[in-house]
Amino acid sequence: MKASLNRAGADPATLQAHDLLEAIHRRYGIDFRAYALSSVKRRLQKQIDLEDLPSLAALQEQVLADPAAMARLLATLTIHVTAMFRDPGFYIALRNEVLPLLRTYPFSRIWVAGCSTGEEVYSLAILLEEEGLYDRCRIYATDLSDEVLNKARTGIFPLSPMQEYTRNYQQAGGSRSFAEYYIADSDFAIFRSALRRNIVFAPHNLVSDTSFNEFHVILCRNVMIYFNRSLQERVHCLFHESLLTFGYLGLGRSENIRFTVHEKDYEEVAAKERLYRKIK
Amino acid sequence: MIVIGGSLGGMRSLSQILQGLPARGFPLPIAVVLHRMKDADTVLFDFLKEESPLPAREVLDKEPILPGHIFLAPADYHLLVEPTHFCLSIDEPVLHARPSIDVLFESAADAYGKSVIAIVLSGANRDGADGAALIKEKGGRVIVQDPATAESGIMPQATLDAVEADYILPPERMGPLLLELTEHLR
Repeated sequence: MKASLNRAGADPATLQAHDLLEAIHRRYGIDFRAYALSSVKRRLQKQIDLEDLPSLAALQEQVLADPAAMARLLATLTIHVTAMFRDPGFYIALRNEVLPLLRTYPFSRIWVAGCSTGEEVYSLAILLEEEGLYDRCRIYATDLSDEVLNKARTGIFPLSPMQEYTRNYQQAGGSRSFAEYYIADSDFAIFRSALRRNIVFAPHNLVSDTSFNEFHVILCRNVMIYFNRSLQERVHCLFHESLLTFGYLGLGRSENIRFTVHEKDYEEVAAKERLYRKIK
Repeated sequence: MIVIGGSLGGMRSLSQILQGLPARGFPLPIAVVLHRMKDADTVLFDFLKEESPLPAREVLDKEPILPGHIFLAPADYHLLVEPTHFCLSIDEPVLHARPSIDVLFESAADAYGKSVIAIVLSGANRDGADGAALIKEKGGRVIVQDPATAESGIMPQATLDAVEADYILPPERMGPLLLELTEHLR
């Protein structure tokens, strides 16, 4: 019995974090209970620091009493850091392996699930534009957070990482000057609104929402790393159901489809880039 | 669990440690964060994977934690420890680093408490110091590379300033020490 009382993972901070997520679900119906706890705990700690609170218990008391505080915590819990053309090799694989097939369709639907502030969505739009395919595609960019979707809709990004993005863009095989796509002021890069013409931004929660269309391509990169195994399984089922046969699924570089229920329903297209094709 | 962090010069120190470990039967998992250039990492990593007597690989998300294996943080992801498996995150860099040694150390302290052994190797920043302090606070042990033996002594010194280390050693003596510390587990 002693061993089970001391089992790893049952430290007080973990139990308190569990309690807080449970309480948020009961009070607000927002469900973070299947998120990976190690990352959630870091974000809760960040919020405790931001709000200048003494403890997790104090944070719990605050968010249960005050919806505005809950909204602030929601922002901290849901923001996902992302980058333009992150992992250039992935975009090369898209260009070489996926776009030739999309060319054979009159129209393609692409779902970017968990798009956060939209950096990858704009990257994809640029790629499709340069390949002359953009006007035969619609990108559905979804996230559970309205706040990040509103940011994504503006197409305005901080200027400071543009040098890195330019390098990524070039490595990804970009054929123009990256600066053509935005206007820079002193702090921000404002992307050309024409890039948004075929993007639909919409709220969608991978924890609780269902499939809403059938897609030729689904990209969900570095989103499920924040979920626990059981939620990952759910999302894989959702994607499998939402993909057309011979549709493509793109994951983050350190994610893998192995060990999921749908492992055998996909073939590898670019194994290192985690690009898969649904075969049944 | 053993957690190891290094930066400038840390790769070399790490391979010196690993040479002192047996290919089979080492009873603990070893998780490693090394800072590296985003692009120029592959060569060093392949070198390490080949040279290591224990099986070494880059972590995939939710990979199970196994004894006797070396788990390397992939480039540009934080590596976090949960009780039975690893998690990855692309949250913002901490002290300009992703992967961050503090993130690995702090999550290991949370998940494994006093059974964590942390090692801070050569490096030119102060990543790892806060994480090592938390590991000590939770009853774990901290081993620091003797700054005089490090290519850059800044990181080991920052840890020594933050926490009372259990051992201060050159890296070639750490392998034998780890064997000694884990003797009772084999």
